[in-house]
Amino acid sequence: MLKKISVLGGNDKNGIPETIRRLDIQKEEVLAVVGPTGSGKTQLISDIEQYANADTPTCRSILINDLPVNAEDEELISQHLVAEVSQKMNFIIDSSVEEFISRHAKIRAIENIEKVKTDILAVANELTGEPIYSTDNLTQLSGGQARALMVADVALISNAPVVVIDEIENAGIDRLKALEILTGHGKAVLIVTHDPALALLAERRLVMKNGGMYKLHRTNTEEKTLMEKLLTIEKKTARLRDYIRSGGSIDKNNNNEEGETLWQEYMYIPR
Amino acid sequence: MSLKFVIVAGTPSSGKTSVMLHVIRHILTDKIKVAACKIDCLETTDNIRYGRLGIPIAVGLSDYLCPDHFYVANLEEIWRWAEKQNAELVILETAGLCHRCAPALKDCLSICIIDNLSGLDTPKKVGPMLSTADIIAITKGDMVSQAEREVFHQQVQNINPDARVIAINGLTGRGSLRLKNEIMKSQPLETITGQTLRCSMPAAVCSYCAGEMIVGSTYQMGNIKKVDFGRAE
Ligand SMILES: Nc1nc2c(ncn2[C@@H]2O[C@H](COP(=O)(O)OP(=O)(O)OP(=O)(O)O)[C@@H](O)[C@H]2O)c(=O)[nH]1
Ligand SMILES: [Mg+2]
Repeated sequence: MLKKISVLGGNDKNGIPETIRRLDIQKEEVLAVVGPTGSGKTQLISDIEQYANADTPTCRSILINDLPVNAEDEELISQHLVAEVSQKMNFIIDSSVEEFISRHAKIRAIENIEKVKTDILAVANELTGEPIYSTDNLTQLSGGQARALMVADVALISNAPVVVIDEIENAGIDRLKALEILTGHGKAVLIVTHDPALALLAERRLVMKNGGMYKLHRTNTEEKTLMEKLLTIEKKTARLRDYIRSGGSIDKNNNNEEGETLWQEYMYIPR
Repeated sequence: MSLKFVIVAGTPSSGKTSVMLHVIRHILTDKIKVAACKIDCLETTDNIRYGRLGIPIAVGLSDYLCPDHFYVANLEEIWRWAEKQNAELVILETAGLCHRCAPALKDCLSICIIDNLSGLDTPKKVGPMLSTADIIAITKGDMVSQAEREVFHQQVQNINPDARVIAINGLTGRGSLRLKNEIMKSQPLETITGQTLRCSMPAAVCSYCAGEMIVGSTYQMGNIKKVDFGRAE
């Protein structure tokens, strides 16, 4: 049972020891990983996934529950340590949602397949506003629906203890809830992101620079307040998107709601 | 002279070259001399890609012949070429143009590369190339869902329970280090002459092999097999 993963610091791209010498990630924790493109975010995930043992270009080592991983431990090494959901991923299999869930559940030897089907759909539908039905075809799902289903599936079926959320920007899913669900199922969650709201959702964030682990911040009270604000703006933007998409128009004669930002002044949201 | 002889097969465009480039880069950092050879049918640009690593590279094009037969008939020649290059390890990438390809040799490390996009039933359809491999690398996981990756992985493992299955991203090289470690663990050979194929190759000795071009039973001779329509439901 995984309780903790530790990354023992190695070198950055210039071979200089990285600032952070040890990073502990606990189960049920959310850690954001930020930094410009090319700063080493993917390599870090890769080191974790491959149980690096001072043998990758970064020379990092991974400890599981404070112990080094024995390279001969085939059983452990062949287990999926990391599950991943990213913006780039799509369902490609031509199958209904329910057929596929049961296929996935079977390989994990889950006994009550009917229950897991219902649970996954319920969780996925909590995450997205566009309803998903068990008979929907996977390839026909919208971006938001697909992401919601992927998160629900990773939480309930996949046995990987670490979940990497890569660049899930505001793709029509409730990200706060998604994180709650994943950690609620005992996962350690790493969010790789450029999005400030998402980065501040995490309790801690790791800053990558030139291939090395550079800084570790704990999200402070001001940042949390800011994050709440950002999420509110996102919700409003989502409402605006729905409003315009469903044929609404914006003009001066409509009542404004709050008068906070320009577009809101001209927008009347019917209740 | 002893040489690690590594056979890499897999469906077309599954990522064989992309993966092996990452693996070879890891190996080169250990100052080991690597050579690469590509067997293909009509054309390949893989030599340019391997060549960028600054390693010796050879290409064999089978042209009108079955690439698998062409491959096995040239193994000794490839071995001798690699020896001349003073290589300690040779990577032999084969085309894998038909699902019946069976390039694995008993004492050579045999790697099959297959991609997640090929569909969940592909592992069943790919024959000896996958079922007799020592290591199976699955690529393009970055394009499908976690659920599909896990189901695909299981499908592959079901077909070849003894193989070590590794997920590798051919674009970023994620996962390639494990493949490098497996390759480094494998035993070198003293000679390739006398080695045995793990599975017989697809057979074909008929009039069409000899250049016949006209359709029809009267033009057919030799090893001819007909569709059994009784079996189709
Ligand atoms: N998204 C993604 N693309 C990949 C991955 N691996 C390879 N590719 C792409 O797939 C295409 C084919 O890759 P190659 O490495 O040429 O495949 P190959 O098996 O050597 O192809 P042949 O030798 O022609 O049969 C290229 O465009 C690669 O960039 C991967 O893991 N993810
Ligand atoms: Mg190739």
